[in-house]
Amino acid sequence: MSEAPLQAQPAAHKSESRLVRFALIGLAFSFLALFLFLPLAAVFHEAFRRGLDVYLAGLTEPDALSAIRLTLLVAAIAVPVNVVVGIAAAWAIARYQFFGRNVLVSLVDLPFSVSPVIAGLVYVLMFGAQGYFGPWLRANDIEIMFALPGIVLATLFVTFPFVARELIPHMEAIGSMDEEAALTLGASPWRMFWTISLPNVKWSLLYGVLLCNARAMGEFGAVAVVSGRIRGLTATMPLHIEILYNEYNGAAAFAVASLLAGLALVTLAAKTFLEWRYADSIAASRHS
Amino acid sequence: MSAATQKRRWREHNILPGFGLSLGVLLTALTLIVLAPLAALVLRAASAGPAEIYAIATSPRTLAALRLSFGAAFIAALVNAVFGLLIAWVLVRYSFPGRRLIDAAVDLPFALPTAVAGIALAAVWAPNGSLGALAAGLGWKVAYTPLGVMIALVFVSLPFVVRSVQPVLQEASADVEEAAALLGASRLRTVFCVILPGIAPALLTGATLAFARAVGEYGSVIFIAGNVPMVSEIAPLLIVIKLEQFDYAGAAVVGMLMLLISLTLLLLVNALQAWSRRRLGYV
Repeated sequence: MSEAPLQAQPAAHKSESRLVRFALIGLAFSFLALFLFLPLAAVFHEAFRRGLDVYLAGLTEPDALSAIRLTLLVAAIAVPVNVVVGIAAAWAIARYQFFGRNVLVSLVDLPFSVSPVIAGLVYVLMFGAQGYFGPWLRANDIEIMFALPGIVLATLFVTFPFVARELIPHMEAIGSMDEEAALTLGASPWRMFWTISLPNVKWSLLYGVLLCNARAMGEFGAVAVVSGRIRGLTATMPLHIEILYNEYNGAAAFAVASLLAGLALVTLAAKTFLEWRYADSIAASRHS
Repeated sequence: MSAATQKRRWREHNILPGFGLSLGVLLTALTLIVLAPLAALVLRAASAGPAEIYAIATSPRTLAALRLSFGAAFIAALVNAVFGLLIAWVLVRYSFPGRRLIDAAVDLPFALPTAVAGIALAAVWAPNGSLGALAAGLGWKVAYTPLGVMIALVFVSLPFVVRSVQPVLQEASADVEEAAALLGASRLRTVFCVILPGIAPALLTGATLAFARAVGEYGSVIFIAGNVPMVSEIAPLLIVIKLEQFDYAGAAVVGMLMLLISLTLLLLVNALQAWSRRRLGYV
């Protein structure tokens, strides 16, 4: 009963006036419209501007299909590898205290602060024709640069932190009581892992996989350096877009780009759904 | 008491199986995928010898590229510090139709492949694009100039400040604000003297992350930049060009310089976070 006057009174000093509020919201909207929505709309506008036929023709030409296949293949290799490594990383870091643990955390995050171009460059210096292992690879007829292995390696580098980064804070927040209980009750280590550890963090794992996959399919800089950009052969979808764009084939470039933009939108929708539906489960990993 | 609990937990943690296996997998992958290749970079750059390193690092073209990359990234981080704070504020404090959508859309630059962002920005800001024509009418040339580089960098680093500030703003209790208001502070004074200092560390962290991302950005920039040497050529592009000319040493030295600066920034962010956690108990 005494709360009513208390709530009514400080309103003037506790928030901004209506006018200021509208102005701030309007300013934020305009900034986002200018920098986010307009470019996104431009992708679809440019893709469909010359009609559906041109759009479909851009997507179904053999080089485009080969780029789509390569992109899917690279993601199908890189994402599972990084899921396994990410789970191992999270288990080691979140479940144990050991000497050098903090250094390890920073090293796992390291690829985020390295330019994608440098991520590609390091592999060229290792496996390129004049690289440290170049002559040996050539003598043994092993292709890494300008071929699938190089593209996969560069993708692994840039997507390395995604899964671990989502899992570590979540595992730390959950604690290890459930796992200890399972062990005490006689579960084998692997049974504990499959029935307790993994299901406990499944939503943040899915979240990490989602981000990892989006980056793996969309990576440009690192892949551009190691792939040699051979049309129809080592060009992933982002590289194919660049090739088409530089040939002034805007319609086809934006057609392929619209697929990747669609992937980005689906990723965002799935991410938002996960955050909304499993807020408690993922909240732990949002403070990283 | 708490130390005793800590110790017991520590021991209990050790009961869990799989330490050797998980650490082994992590260290192997980390070494093969990240550390060994980076070591190759350091080795290659170092093998050039001090005189050549100095010559490459101080050549006018390298300096111009580094100045553009770091300068444009700095301005992009500043722009995003202001507008990121504004967006985070609006998202946390006000309710309005479409708030959820805006909240989700902030992450678009993370999800959108950089090449797609690049050609989209080039289409929008080209002289015949929707905004480019508008800017041209005002006498500004955006695409194919350093201004275009800046706009691309603002785009790619947009989410960092919002996502750093948002949780802190959400958790900041209303008590202090109410106290300030009850003690007679004007709203403006409350905002600048009570709220902003509390979120300053998060703001700085976000801006630093945005800066670090923008410095290394390549895909979204090259389409809009025009890539004129000495004018709108960013450092990552210079590395690509040197590689295409088989100048491995030159590429390695420029890469090494960028890496050194980025790592310094990373350490700075970590120190900043540790400091603010000690001082303020959050972030």
